[in-house]
Amino acid sequence: MTELSHHSQIWTYRTPRARLLLWGGWLALVALFVYCWQVMTARTMWVFVWDAPTQAADIGSRMMPPRWSYLPELMGPLWDTINIATLGTLGGVIMAVPIAFVAARNTSPSLLILRPIALFIIVASRSINSLIWALLLVAIIGPGLLAGIIAIALRSIGFIGKLLYEAIEETDAKQIEAITATGASGVQVLSYAIVPQIMPAFWGITVFRWDINIRESAILGLVGAGGIGLKLNASLNTLAWGQISVILLLILGTVVVSEWVSSKMRHAII
Amino acid sequence: MSSAYPTSWKRPPQIIKDRRWRIAIQIGIVVYLVLAISTVDVNWARVYEGLERGQRFIMGFLQPDFTSRWRDISTGLVESLTMTLTSTVVGVAISVPIGIGAARNIAPHWIYAICRSIIAVSRALQEIIIAIFLVAMFGFGPFAGFLTLSFATIGFIAKLLADDIEEIEEAQAEAIRATGASWWQVVNYAVQPQVMPRLIGLSLYRLDINFRESAVIGIVGAGGIGATLNTAISRYEYDSAGAILLIIIAIVMVAEYSSSYLRKFLQ
Repeated sequence: MTELSHHSQIWTYRTPRARLLLWGGWLALVALFVYCWQVMTARTMWVFVWDAPTQAADIGSRMMPPRWSYLPELMGPLWDTINIATLGTLGGVIMAVPIAFVAARNTSPSLLILRPIALFIIVASRSINSLIWALLLVAIIGPGLLAGIIAIALRSIGFIGKLLYEAIEETDAKQIEAITATGASGVQVLSYAIVPQIMPAFWGITVFRWDINIRESAILGLVGAGGIGLKLNASLNTLAWGQISVILLLILGTVVVSEWVSSKMRHAII
Repeated sequence: MSSAYPTSWKRPPQIIKDRRWRIAIQIGIVVYLVLAISTVDVNWARVYEGLERGQRFIMGFLQPDFTSRWRDISTGLVESLTMTLTSTVVGVAISVPIGIGAARNIAPHWIYAICRSIIAVSRALQEIIIAIFLVAMFGFGPFAGFLTLSFATIGFIAKLLADDIEEIEEAQAEAIRATGASWWQVVNYAVQPQVMPRLIGLSLYRLDINFRESAVIGIVGAGGIGATLNTAISRYEYDSAGAILLIIIAIVMVAEYSSSYLRKFLQ
């Protein structure tokens, strides 16, 4: 009889203790959410929020017939945008490759001093968005394409550097040992053992970053760094919603094309 | 015996095997670079003038001034952090049903099409562009930023969740189905345990991304630390700007390390 009472227990997915902990965790999350919500909306003007649907309808009606005659004027800025992305990616790659080799544990010349510096450069570049870099650079070197190119390059260092140094750390040690065993110098080991192993990853990362950079360079003009974003900013300031919808459609088209190109190229490489 | 061993060796080409293609591509690259660089007109006089400012900025970065604008910085920071958390929670909460709907193996075809198009729209639009529109609709301030980040989170989490659900081990789902479980029970007992660790990891990762983005959308008026940074830069207060950038870098580093630690702990 005592054995049967053991079987009468109903099966549950978790133990009571785990359920209690889980419940407590959810409660804490909800409490934190409500607190943050209160803090965030403390100064929100709810009149504007309730008014939003009318505003949306208004903007929508102004945008709706896109002013297609504006399209030819956009071709120059579009070319600039593509150049910002491409030249920026190029600059980023040139700066990121040495940093990646310094940051990778197996190729770093000094683990104690140089590697932390390289890692800090990577984190700093990754945590600051290209728009903020552009904001700074426009203030420093003046508005124009150059500020955009440098901003994109600085932002790309972190992305390319991080992925590339991870690829370097994942290289096959046996191949490196085989090349070293032939009596190769340090540079020769790098060139014949490590570079061939990371080449596909390198091209994949570069093309992927180029695709992201096309998206980012389209909006850099908002802070004055050239490209199609300048036209967007000008149209926003003059409330020319018909032009804005043309610009947005063009950006969307460019992004779709660049994504297609990059996925084709990555499939071909890897 | 007579055949001598070759004394030199040349590395074979790796990616593009055809020699003619390689030459064509190299010429194409050179032509593009010449064309592209020739259209970049740089006002070198302006750049030279700006170098002094650049030097001041680097000095500001090395000697950041946290105190004189601390009230503005802390307001912006609180806005950014609260915006990040609320938008991630709301975004993940909305993207779970959308992600389930966008998984081909458990959703009917018409729901699949709707959910995938929501994801495509959310992914195709830049955060900044969405922020411009939402600021125009909802007014300035962190509420517009919160909506922007929630919308961007939907595209990110729902897509990865849907792809994850499509790759679950079908045997487990079939085992649960064989017990006579309803659709809800299949989702609850077969799909959820398989995707939950990754979903939590992705949510933490998105929290990290949302903080970074919250520093940017302030530039177009959506509140947060970006607005403070924008003001500091346009007033040429580079020491305060340096302080803000250092705070952003520090928070991102902490968030990245703690989220990667948590993800390792959960998986």
